[in-house]
Amino acid sequence: MRWEKIFALIIITALVIGGAFWSVDPIQDNLNLGLDLKGGVMVRLQAQGSATDRDIAQVIEIMRTRVDSLGVTEPVIQREGSDRILIEIPGIEDPESAIDLIGKTALLEFKTMDGEVILTGKDLVEAQEAKDPQSGQAYVGLKFDAEGTKKFADTTSRLVSEYPDKGETRSEGRHIAISLDGQMIQNPYVSEAIPSGEASISGGFETLEDARSIALLLRSGALPVPVEIIENRSIGPTLGADSITKSTQAGIWGLAIVMAFMLLFYRIPGIIADLSLVLYATLLLGILVALNATLTLPGIAGFILSVGMCLDANILIYERLKEEIRNGKSLRAAIDAGFNRAFITILDSNITTVLAAAVLFFLGSGPIKGFAVTLTIGILCSMFTAITFTRFMLKAFVDSGLVKNTKLYGA
Amino acid sequence: MDFVGKRKIFYALSLIILLISVISLFAQGLNFGIDFKGGTLLQVKFEKAGVTNEDVRATLKGFGLEKSSLQKSESSFIIKTVELDKEKRGEVLKSLEDNHGKFELLRSENVGPVIGDELKQVGIIALVVAFILQIIYITIRFEFRFGVAAIIALILDALVTIGFFSLFQYEVDLTFVAALLTIIGFSINDTIVIFDRIRENLKTARKGDLAELVNNSIKQNLVRTLNTSFTVAVMLVALLVIGGETTYNFALAMLVGVLSGVYTSVFVASSLWYDFVPLINGKKKIVKL
Repeated sequence: MRWEKIFALIIITALVIGGAFWSVDPIQDNLNLGLDLKGGVMVRLQAQGSATDRDIAQVIEIMRTRVDSLGVTEPVIQREGSDRILIEIPGIEDPESAIDLIGKTALLEFKTMDGEVILTGKDLVEAQEAKDPQSGQAYVGLKFDAEGTKKFADTTSRLVSEYPDKGETRSEGRHIAISLDGQMIQNPYVSEAIPSGEASISGGFETLEDARSIALLLRSGALPVPVEIIENRSIGPTLGADSITKSTQAGIWGLAIVMAFMLLFYRIPGIIADLSLVLYATLLLGILVALNATLTLPGIAGFILSVGMCLDANILIYERLKEEIRNGKSLRAAIDAGFNRAFITILDSNITTVLAAAVLFFLGSGPIKGFAVTLTIGILCSMFTAITFTRFMLKAFVDSGLVKNTKLYGA
Repeated sequence: MDFVGKRKIFYALSLIILLISVISLFAQGLNFGIDFKGGTLLQVKFEKAGVTNEDVRATLKGFGLEKSSLQKSESSFIIKTVELDKEKRGEVLKSLEDNHGKFELLRSENVGPVIGDELKQVGIIALVVAFILQIIYITIRFEFRFGVAAIIALILDALVTIGFFSLFQYEVDLTFVAALLTIIGFSINDTIVIFDRIRENLKTARKGDLAELVNNSIKQNLVRTLNTSFTVAVMLVALLVIGGETTYNFALAMLVGVLSGVYTSVFVASSLWYDFVPLINGKKKIVKL
């Protein structure tokens, strides 16, 4: 009997189990949950036609304003590929209205009467309602950027010269239609050529309120390119919570059976494998929290799966151990030989799984990425625990001299 | 047990399963979910008990959607239709409320056809890339013949899983691709562990029968293969039975793949390698690699 080894074993066992219990709360509080688990809305937008980087950046800004107006915490708005934008809004009460708001993908266009588009929202810098101090008439003041100013100047002077005033009757051709998503909202008459880049729409508004609502439409509708919702998913919070409960239960039941099996089949090494499983689970979840990774439902599935894989490393080692004992080696020599031989195999077989997970990570999206991350970290953790913890515990146990009967080592 | 000697029987069994899978794939294809073919999924839970499938279908009929897939899961209904735009979706939901009382909208998913086509492409690319990476890795760590044997076993596993989903028309969704790739990564483990043992035994072996060496290598690993697959299978069955409908198809695909993986790595992969040996070395004798 070597009491210092026994003492070390007891301390480490207590640390692993105590650590697992202690970390339950901090992990629960800090683990990021994906939309599929906590509920929320995901919308994928695609810009139509050719969109420049600047266009996409502008769309993202507009979307950010719209989403922020919902008053939600931690929305994600990011570019995807060259012409897509992904919006994720967690924990939203009314998903349909959020989609409405995002989907209000108004495209602002200034057109001549023969249908030629002269300006779009990206040329517009400002739209502001105001009241003429003399006449008391409400109007909307517009301001264009440099390029817009030039185009607007060219067009207005062309219209004025092409369609001269004929006394009281206004020429139809001198109107400019302002439309939002193809719906005409204003159709002002060009009274003179406007070279300054500042124009005003007047005459059509009864009150300042009317002018303000048009100005607002012009401002927020200033999407530089049309966008279309090509995918949207919303998960209610109940379903997410339900998924968490069910998959956690599946994990607990699976773990209980697997741990009992290891204990019955491998005896003492089985206990150590079970302990290493506890350590492994704590490590994996802790690392997920530390990396600020997001746990998705496929991620939980990956976690449950990697539990089985974690045991594979232990099983490989123990099977080797049994063989070495049967070949007549002493317990201690058998452990060393078993670990050394099993190590290469564990490495080879785990690298192939990581390769597959890497492919998933680089080609997959959203939840699938979450699965790949959990699986990869899971495999690394399982290798670490098998090579260090299992080995240390097993050697310490043999050294302690508590049990010398090789039958209890599964042989 | 003489794995190598009886390999023709095992090959034949694999071929039969493969044939069934391929025929089913050509005859009825795969039951793609909205992730792949585009469409709308609505999951609703009515406050009032006793709403039946027929009730909901009758409401859907009002929109010409009576042919949609309708599935009752515990107390909620999952409706899968062609893609509905926002207005149509709103109308359907309103009509459901008018006819069957208040409900909670648990899930609403709308996927355009572009996404689905892309997903299919990405899925196929991912599978091919994964296969190529595995074959490169095994060739570097072992040798090319091991790599080819392992890949054939993997392709069998993938095809059996796909065939199973085709034969029983289980729905193929986003997680199916993840399951297939994991099967590839996982099932090759078993094969590699056995190959590893063959290589190790070759180092110490004297001249003798290669078939016996391969048989012994498989036997020495049999307990490990069975135990590992058993623990993974237990976790998957737990997910299948308790995990709920969202992870059901993933767990099912994985389970089929894992079971197929056990079969191919024990009965097919090593025997294939055994058959490949003379292609370079000429005779089925123990050769130093």
